[in-house]
Amino acid sequence: MNGLNVAKVVFGAAIMFFLLAPLIAILPLSFTDSVFLNYPIPAYSTRWFNELVTADVWRRSIVNSLIIGSGTTALATVLGTLGALGLRNHASFWSLSFIRTAFLLPMVVPAVVLGVGMQLMFARYNLTNSYLGVIIAHTVLAVPFVVINVLSVLQAIDPRLEQAAASLGAHPVTVLARVTLPLALPGIISGAVFAFATSLDEVVLTLFVAGPNQRTLARQMFSSIRENISPAIAAAAFVFIVGTIFVALILILSRKSLARR
Amino acid sequence: MQDPFISFEKVSKSFGTFNVVDELYLSISRGEFVSMLGPSGSGKTTILMMLAGFEKPTSGKIFVGGRQVDALPPHKRNMGVVFQNYALFPHMSVAENVGFPLKMRRMPRAEADGRIKRALDMVQLGTMSERRPSQLSGGQQQRVALARALVFEPEVVLMDEPLGALDKKLREQMQLDIRELHRRLGLTIIFVTHDQGEALTMSDRIAVFNHGKIEQIGKPSEIYDHPTTRFVAEFVGETNLIMGTIKQSGDGRAIIQLPSGSTLEASAPNLNAGTQVSLSIRPERIRSGKAQAPANILSGTVRDVVYHGDHLQLLLDADGHQLLVRSDRAVKAPEAGQKMDFSFAPEDCWVVAQ
Repeated sequence: MNGLNVAKVVFGAAIMFFLLAPLIAILPLSFTDSVFLNYPIPAYSTRWFNELVTADVWRRSIVNSLIIGSGTTALATVLGTLGALGLRNHASFWSLSFIRTAFLLPMVVPAVVLGVGMQLMFARYNLTNSYLGVIIAHTVLAVPFVVINVLSVLQAIDPRLEQAAASLGAHPVTVLARVTLPLALPGIISGAVFAFATSLDEVVLTLFVAGPNQRTLARQMFSSIRENISPAIAAAAFVFIVGTIFVALILILSRKSLARR
Repeated sequence: MQDPFISFEKVSKSFGTFNVVDELYLSISRGEFVSMLGPSGSGKTTILMMLAGFEKPTSGKIFVGGRQVDALPPHKRNMGVVFQNYALFPHMSVAENVGFPLKMRRMPRAEADGRIKRALDMVQLGTMSERRPSQLSGGQQQRVALARALVFEPEVVLMDEPLGALDKKLREQMQLDIRELHRRLGLTIIFVTHDQGEALTMSDRIAVFNHGKIEQIGKPSEIYDHPTTRFVAEFVGETNLIMGTIKQSGDGRAIIQLPSGSTLEASAPNLNAGTQVSLSIRPERIRSGKAQAPANILSGTVRDVVYHGDHLQLLLDADGHQLLVRSDRAVKAPEAGQKMDFSFAPEDCWVVAQ
């Protein structure tokens, strides 16, 4: 191994450490017996996981996260896929490239700005303190991820496949259902996973538009850190990470099975 | 010619200010195999796409079977299309690909299965029906595409350079297969290609395109033996072009004066004396020696001898012209630098417009 390769390995390892060290620091604490969030761990127990499922605030926040996450995923996937279909193949049109940029705007605009705007608007339409309001707010953030993912697979589809389907007698709607969407499925699935993940760890917008009944897991972690730091947060983080790894696994497996077809 | 089955009437297509197809008139009879031959950008694929319905003509009308189709969407045209890259659906098996047009026509399952099987047997892929397109070779994918375009018995089959991606041997086999299918099923086939050999072997008629216009249309032998323009002479097959002026003409013959002062006799339409023309002589029509009289005789120096396996190609300097000559292996090979006489019959050289 020459010097350059050694440098690559060292650099890579440093980045891995930088990314993973915070997780490695917090996760063991979820198994602590103590009421304090610090090392050394006196004894191991699962009492904080018990707390998570038995304490009403934590249990409700997990259920809320699942409700809002699935709602956001469904809405953002449908809207983002439709948007990507509309934006496809029109790169040269300046008006459409403007719309494309507008679609990606929520990724760039500070969440606080979006949050203030949404709170004002939602108040007008009685959407504050409602599940629908939170789902809409999260969808705004999630749609760009779906659009980017779906657009990139759509642009890789050979338009001649769709022409072939049309020439064989398929109505445009049938072409979409039987050729375009099945071929775009890998992108739609990863868009959906991104949408779910976005909703899961979104805090800022939730602070603005959600009421006490729509506390999500991320929001609950945020406020319990301010109010009373307990290892329940570490347990919640553990659940969070395991959940994310699980979703990522689904994504990888579904990609593989699609590729095998 | 009987009533045309397909006809283009003054069809133009332009992208921006660029005319891809320029006021095209073209009639095709039922059961005919017509090749559209031309360099890339000559408009031949655009014409096919307009016939299939993927492009709309800027102006003009297209009729198929007496019905105007230019405003009809592609899925209502009932034409089989074979694409250059085959365009098989990667997420479906071979049988599902071939069954797709039948499903679109809501054909009962049992009948559709029988048709799929017959179509796959026809292209000798009966055993491959459960495979995915990605598990097939290029030639097999091509045959699936062919089966898919034929299984619903369309009246017209459009092929856009379907053999372009195959290697030479497979291509020649597929040429014969397609010609055989054409004859057996009585299909009307429109075949786009830039390969003149392919067009010559397969077609009933060839339309040679250049800059969005038909340069010449006719039987393969007419196109090859009697090209009417310099472009056709050069594009279809190899040829030697010699420039000169008409000295006298009539009776299908003409005497052409070369710049060097010598004269040649050639087949020609009646032309006025003094007209600037080009003479086209195919390399295989030129013989070494002063053989058959009366004939045109040129003498020159052999510049180069190129070995081609079944024949030799000679590069000849004669009278200030560079000529290609195809020489039989049976004849003793000349050497570079050698002086030789060559001759060709007047009926083997042809006058084309400048």
